[in-house]
Amino acid sequence: MTGHRETIRLLFGDVSVDDVLPELSHQVTATTVVLGALASRDWRPMHHDRDFAIHRNGTKDIFLNTPNQAAWFERYVTDWTGPTGRLGRMIFRMNTSVFPNDTMRFTATVTDCSVDEVGCGWVDLNVDLMVDDVTATTCATRVALPLDDADNPWARRGDAWRP
Amino acid sequence: MTAHGTPIQDLPPVPDEVIARIDKVQYEEEGGFPVEHGYIWTTCAAVENGNPLFWDDEVANELTDGPIAPPTMLSVWFRPHHWSPGRTEPAVPLQAHFDLKEDLDLSEAIISSNTNAFHEPVRIGDRVRSRQLLRSISEPKTTKLGRGRFWTIDVEYLNQDDVLLGVESYTAFGYRQPDGETDA
Repeated sequence: MTGHRETIRLLFGDVSVDDVLPELSHQVTATTVVLGALASRDWRPMHHDRDFAIHRNGTKDIFLNTPNQAAWFERYVTDWTGPTGRLGRMIFRMNTSVFPNDTMRFTATVTDCSVDEVGCGWVDLNVDLMVDDVTATTCATRVALPLDDADNPWARRGDAWRP
Repeated sequence: MTAHGTPIQDLPPVPDEVIARIDKVQYEEEGGFPVEHGYIWTTCAAVENGNPLFWDDEVANELTDGPIAPPTMLSVWFRPHHWSPGRTEPAVPLQAHFDLKEDLDLSEAIISSNTNAFHEPVRIGDRVRSRQLLRSISEPKTTKLGRGRFWTIDVEYLNQDDVLLGVESYTAFGYRQPDGETDA
């Protein structure tokens, strides 16, 4: 499949500690929740059956599942880096659920920039998924960026890749 | 006493057979189907991910020697079908976690944190294999949920060539609710 071409290719040197990423906002619908659950092969009813979610789980509605939230975090970070950004590690902490009619806001700040002993450039981010003013989920993310135009983190194999 | 002020019986010691499972491979299993492009596009569409690495073969060939799956789809490839021939009970992902709930007699559990480390990219056609390893069990702890233990389980993912694709590490808190309280 061809046709869509992203031009952003963020380099390690373009980033500094305390940089703030552009915010992403998305209105959640029941379709968002159900599509995300089925795309991640999560058949549990609290992610598609409103009656089950309310009466069995005691939540106010169906809610986003964790693997789909991970996909949202990945999209948010790689929207910023472009395709040469390679995710190394993500640490999730779930605080509250995300429901239809919520507006998700993704925000992030750069917390560290470093080059490891095998020459890979790493950027650490604190990413928050906010609903209203509440942090629903936090995701500490470590992403590798090219050091220059000739570098490609995806080409790293074996011991040269230390996420 | 619990955080609610309700007395509960303290927890029994961790059985030896449970301790013996620490760092041992459990539940090694292969995903139900090879990694396929359709699921990748469905997942990208679900989150409006326009990363050309997943949509444009030229970009994929240039950067990753061909199409790959988004790293965060790692667990997708081993999640069981909702139904398959001959199965009478629904398959449960992370079985080692449910075993601990039963073996430690802790009726409730929550996942308190989840760490994903991404190694070799997952490629179209890969047969992803997973295996579960219990890494640790804590001493008894009391939280606002009740009295219980924390445990950590790693799920390792490998491809058909035994190359490590990634590790998901789950920390859970299994607990007993104070007397008279049950989950909804």
